[in-house]
Amino acid sequence: MKQLWLTAKLDIVESLRARWFLIYSLVFGGIVAMLFLFGLTESRVLGFIGLSRLLVTYIQLTMAILPIFVLITTVRSVAGDREAGVFEYLLSLPVSLAAWFWGKIVGRYLVIFLPVFAAMVAAVLIALVRGIEVPWNIFGYYTALLAAMAACFLGFGMLISAVARSTDMAQGAAFLVWLTLLLFLDLILLGVMIQEKIRPEVAVGIALVNPLQVFRTAALALFDPQLIVLGPSAYVILDTFGAAGYMAFAVTYPTLLGFAAAGLGYWLFRRGDLP
Amino acid sequence: MIRFDSVAKAFKRVRVLDGINLEIGLGERVALIGSNGAGKTTLIRCLLGEYTHDGSVTIEGRSPRRERTTVLGDIGFVPQLPPPLKMPVGQLIGFAAAVCGTDPKRIIDLAGRLGLDSAPVMDRQFVRLSGGMKQKLLIAMALGRSARVLVMDEPAANLDPEARKMFFELLAERAESATMLISSHRLNEVSSLVNRVIELDMGKVVLDDRVADDMSLAGLLACRISVKRPEPAFAKALGSWNFADLGDGLEWQGTVAGPDRLRFLGMTSRYVALISNISMTEIGH
Repeated sequence: MKQLWLTAKLDIVESLRARWFLIYSLVFGGIVAMLFLFGLTESRVLGFIGLSRLLVTYIQLTMAILPIFVLITTVRSVAGDREAGVFEYLLSLPVSLAAWFWGKIVGRYLVIFLPVFAAMVAAVLIALVRGIEVPWNIFGYYTALLAAMAACFLGFGMLISAVARSTDMAQGAAFLVWLTLLLFLDLILLGVMIQEKIRPEVAVGIALVNPLQVFRTAALALFDPQLIVLGPSAYVILDTFGAAGYMAFAVTYPTLLGFAAAGLGYWLFRRGDLP
Repeated sequence: MIRFDSVAKAFKRVRVLDGINLEIGLGERVALIGSNGAGKTTLIRCLLGEYTHDGSVTIEGRSPRRERTTVLGDIGFVPQLPPPLKMPVGQLIGFAAAVCGTDPKRIIDLAGRLGLDSAPVMDRQFVRLSGGMKQKLLIAMALGRSARVLVMDEPAANLDPEARKMFFELLAERAESATMLISSHRLNEVSSLVNRVIELDMGKVVLDDRVADDMSLAGLLACRISVKRPEPAFAKALGSWNFADLGDGLEWQGTVAGPDRLRFLGMTSRYVALISNISMTEIGH
């Protein structure tokens, strides 16, 4: 356990000094600042106003940016470290492979989750100072969604890093994964539905395998509990899970998926060449 | 102690190691030589448990792959190219000391003996140190613990003569208690450090020879050089070896570490037409 925390600390220190972390923190801090600056808390959408409106927008933007950011920065730094000889040296020290791999994940998880969370906390603090009401239920659930999203895509990133032997290949694979998930949101899924004339339950089932779709639907569910904007799909989702059940699913499933991907990555990592 | 048994390794059907059988005993100082692509780095990575391979590699009967922490706790490694770590030097020393179960002060003291004052660079990123500073620190981290096997890839390449002298002294202190595997693509770089030479070519051992071991790692040579006329370039070169000018750049005196004599003579050979007299006398430790 001591080795795991030492490795996590090492990864945190390395990340804090990397340029990507600075850009990453600025992007999410910048989003919150911009949303306040443009007076989003004063606008109204579907009855949402104040901080709820801001948080809804923030989570939508985060869903667009965080997955690709986490995937690319994770594979770049892990595969890059391997190419540059960092693995050759640090893995010549007596650290167990489990402590090394999972320590890296713990360190990186904190580094990618905390800036996104900190931006949301900053939004809440500003709201409190300005006397704007804070929707704690939305804040709490969005925090859980962000935590699940970070875990999910970090797991994918670590799996890709374990498989790819070069930074270029890892970046290409990460981009491809993200693009596939993105296309499966609508385009490919619509194509499959039209061509195969599949049942709505199957189509919705396929959609909900995609963590990006799960997050999108969960974010919608908070301000549109009947999921009216989704049309008939809403019936399938709500009949299958129920509103509360779906919210729990949206946090649990991507987290487990991330763990499964990381676990597979670890299995491949420990049975292959390390540097 | 170290045993390679029919070790073979291929990358995409290219056989890099082809049935290596070797036994290296305690106290042996082995030069692992061979041209680029001969398989030296791959063999070292197999020894460090970093590569999967056919055959077996054991250190005192233990596999560095299956019993990583136990086996690697006994190995000090100095890579040829320093890793581009962004973490501060203090953090790196702390991490290495913690996982190796040694006192960071021991590493800092050793770095000091090699001429690296750690205090001013503790907060500096490792990657921002000069090549020589990185090498000194990596050597200090490899030697600053109770490693019984030292694996070093061109360890003295970036060191100045003074640091090399101290490095040889440090190796001499460990000569009886540690096995050393020193990799280089040129034998003359390491010949004076070793008592056995193993040459690899195309992934096979093509030479395995014992060499005369009558040169002490910590030995010193008193050297005096006379030149026909003062020559700034030669004066600068001798200055880097800490030689003292005894008069108008015509007479020079200094000491050379025993294992460094070949390198020193290599340097002086560039000025052979200028030198009128040269003497080197062993003066012990």
